[in-house]
Amino acid sequence: MDMPAPDQGVIARKARIVARLRAVLPADAVIDAPEGLRVYECDALTAYRCPPLAAVLPRTTEEVSAVLRVCWEHGVPVVPRGSGTSLAGGAMPTADSVILGVARMNAVIETDYANRFIRVQAGRTNLSVSGAVEAEGFFYAPDPSSQLACAIAGNIAMNSGGAHCLKYGVTTNNLLGVTLVQMDGTVVTLGGPWGEPSGPDLLGVVCGSEGQLGVVTEAWLRILPKPEGARPVMAGFASNEVAGACVADIIKAGILPVAIEFMDRMLIRVCEDFAHAGYPDCEALLIIEVEGSRAEIDEQLALIKVIAARHNPVAFVEAEDEAQAKRIWLGRKSAFSAIGRISDYMCLDGTIPVSSLPYVLRRIGELSEEHGLAVGNVFHAGDGNMHPLILYDANKPGDLEICERMGADILKLCVEVGGCLTGEHGVGIEKRDLMAVQFAPADMEAQMRVKDVFDPKWLLNPAKVFPLATSLTRRAG
Amino acid sequence: MRPSSEAELAEAVAAASGPLLVRGGGTRTIGTALGEVLETGGLSGVELYEPGALTLVAKAGTPVAEVEAVLAADRQRLAFEVPDLRGLLGREGLSTIGGVLAANASGPRRVQVGAARDAALGVRFVDGSGAVVKNGGRVMKNVTGYDLVKLLAGSRGTLGVLSAVSFKVQAQPEAEATLVIEGLADAAGLAALRAALGSPFDVSGVARHSGRSLIRVEGMAGSVGYRLGRLRDLVGGDVIEGDASAMAWREVRDVVPLQGRPGEVWRIATLPTAAADVVARLGGAALWDWGGGLIWVLLEPGRGADVAAAVAGRGHATLVRGEGGPAFPSEAPEVAALVAGVKAKFDPRGILNRGMI
Repeated sequence: MDMPAPDQGVIARKARIVARLRAVLPADAVIDAPEGLRVYECDALTAYRCPPLAAVLPRTTEEVSAVLRVCWEHGVPVVPRGSGTSLAGGAMPTADSVILGVARMNAVIETDYANRFIRVQAGRTNLSVSGAVEAEGFFYAPDPSSQLACAIAGNIAMNSGGAHCLKYGVTTNNLLGVTLVQMDGTVVTLGGPWGEPSGPDLLGVVCGSEGQLGVVTEAWLRILPKPEGARPVMAGFASNEVAGACVADIIKAGILPVAIEFMDRMLIRVCEDFAHAGYPDCEALLIIEVEGSRAEIDEQLALIKVIAARHNPVAFVEAEDEAQAKRIWLGRKSAFSAIGRISDYMCLDGTIPVSSLPYVLRRIGELSEEHGLAVGNVFHAGDGNMHPLILYDANKPGDLEICERMGADILKLCVEVGGCLTGEHGVGIEKRDLMAVQFAPADMEAQMRVKDVFDPKWLLNPAKVFPLATSLTRRAG
Repeated sequence: MRPSSEAELAEAVAAASGPLLVRGGGTRTIGTALGEVLETGGLSGVELYEPGALTLVAKAGTPVAEVEAVLAADRQRLAFEVPDLRGLLGREGLSTIGGVLAANASGPRRVQVGAARDAALGVRFVDGSGAVVKNGGRVMKNVTGYDLVKLLAGSRGTLGVLSAVSFKVQAQPEAEATLVIEGLADAAGLAALRAALGSPFDVSGVARHSGRSLIRVEGMAGSVGYRLGRLRDLVGGDVIEGDASAMAWREVRDVVPLQGRPGEVWRIATLPTAAADVVARLGGAALWDWGGGLIWVLLEPGRGADVAAAVAGRGHATLVRGEGGPAFPSEAPEVAALVAGVKAKFDPRGILNRGMI
């Protein structure tokens, strides 16, 4: 993975740039000491690190605008950062860039239950958005596994998903409007609490643009009334293929659980060790969650049980109580940290048509043997969003490179069967150089033209998403 | 012009020497664009349908009716409930699936499952220079690169001519039923809709017209009965089921109560809590959908300034039947500048539906 050589002219002007930033921000909002900048040298893609030129932590839209204006005037690249939980390097800085962290912008601006929206500053964490409305029986639906830590700003940048998006959709389906600051400091409002676009849907293209079009400082989000109840069941199977076939049958039958999650033997073991959820001992496990009243849940689960029975499950266990339901989800949502206890790993995020699940799981097993690295699978099976975890040893020379080659092979496989490189984590730096596997030059050109409009100097998070050679002339300009 | 392949479409756009009036079936076109007609109806046919993956890919000019028939054969459907606006707008012809996405045309179920834009998984389109572009794909979750699917959805042919679209589809429910609440004034009738939307009972339609409020529930039979009972405890009303319920929602979807009546029709997006007041200020017959978030209102000509005043700061309005309305509501200057910038990039000669932006 390469990053462009930093602009030495910018680095040489550091003192002047920092002074200008201090002039427009409170004293505690500008960080330029080396020890302070270490905090911002990477996000959750920890394999790559580089301290930024400086970091700023503004508290208001006006302060964000002032910072961007300074950076725009001085030609300084800016890397927006929510909570730094990106698995794709979306918030990784370069040595000539300013990290713009929105973590201090975490206020609730307005809650409106009658119109079912909340307006928050974008640094607010995902889970605390639900926390702000749960007393009234509402919640915010997208639930990335990192929801305790991740910021709405990052969710919008990456169009984050989560386990329950099978029913409720991803960020873009729950985002009503934003306040966005452009690189030159211009503040714009896109969308609004009524949720219906009034012209070409710029909000729709900002969501998922990986911080390359502007800095989102505030957002209107759809909140929904909480269902009366929810209950997960666990269905264990003798092979990955059989579990995959069961998923397709459930969907074909017209049942829409709120979540269908998949774990293979390796993940069942490490997640059980971590969460003690009572996962059955088997080759492949589905966690299927349905919602509603007790009777409605029983009605749906009865049907799911009939379908699962056709695939000879080795276990079919309903959560006995709320506590076990919580442990079942804790294990699933902690999968990445649980595996992190036993090995270094790389997490992939390709999405495939659900119908291709059995074939792709088999091919991943074969690739694992070819490359000699173990792989575990834990993912959102209902929507085909895979998360193969490749285990490697960061201290063993060459292992990371083998891991990256294997990862690329798996992602190419996803595209081959009609899928895509990333379902919810984003391209960042991690999948940047694979974009040409999925897109023709004209496809990427059309996307880059949107950035040309929002950020003509290509200063916002510039070395991400598009292959470096593809974006070279624009970044150089 | 009526190209019969994507390549012909690209050639036609590249070779165009003047403005093009882009349309699918022309059943929901609005605005004042002029030019040589470029129809997508020659690009027709479902290219891929995987019921087990809930996915359908079709050429943009495929009639919606054909798509719906293909889905119905497997007891599936387009979740967002495509409105048929021919009656309201006085049009003939066959609505196309590409036209539906280009207009982001979405019916009552939008409150539960989202709009056409939310169900769209991928597009192929020809931009204003004649280049073929693809974006998205046919999988449920996809954040690979920028989401131009959303940008094209609702752009009404101003940024590109759709050549193919892919959608996430939905299984037809086992049952549906509707609560009909009569005898309430508009403000109270709309409050009942908001109460239903704010309940945990997963309503799939909340509308009001002709003095009646309608609340729909769909799903497994036992569940529908249960939720309808709970909603009835909450807001009252009588139950209609099956075909009668389906008929009631087709009337809402297609804005039947305003069909065939003289006057101009405005489509207003607003906050549900403002819905009664907006109509009270304007007068005129109205149909509220999406719990009041969408208003169709029938007014005498020349009321544009009143409409703008009524929605100022709380939504936006589009003239869908009447003389000389713009296709899009006006935007704040800094947003308009971004829209104009994107238009100039995607259609540098300004030939696609000229005058609509």
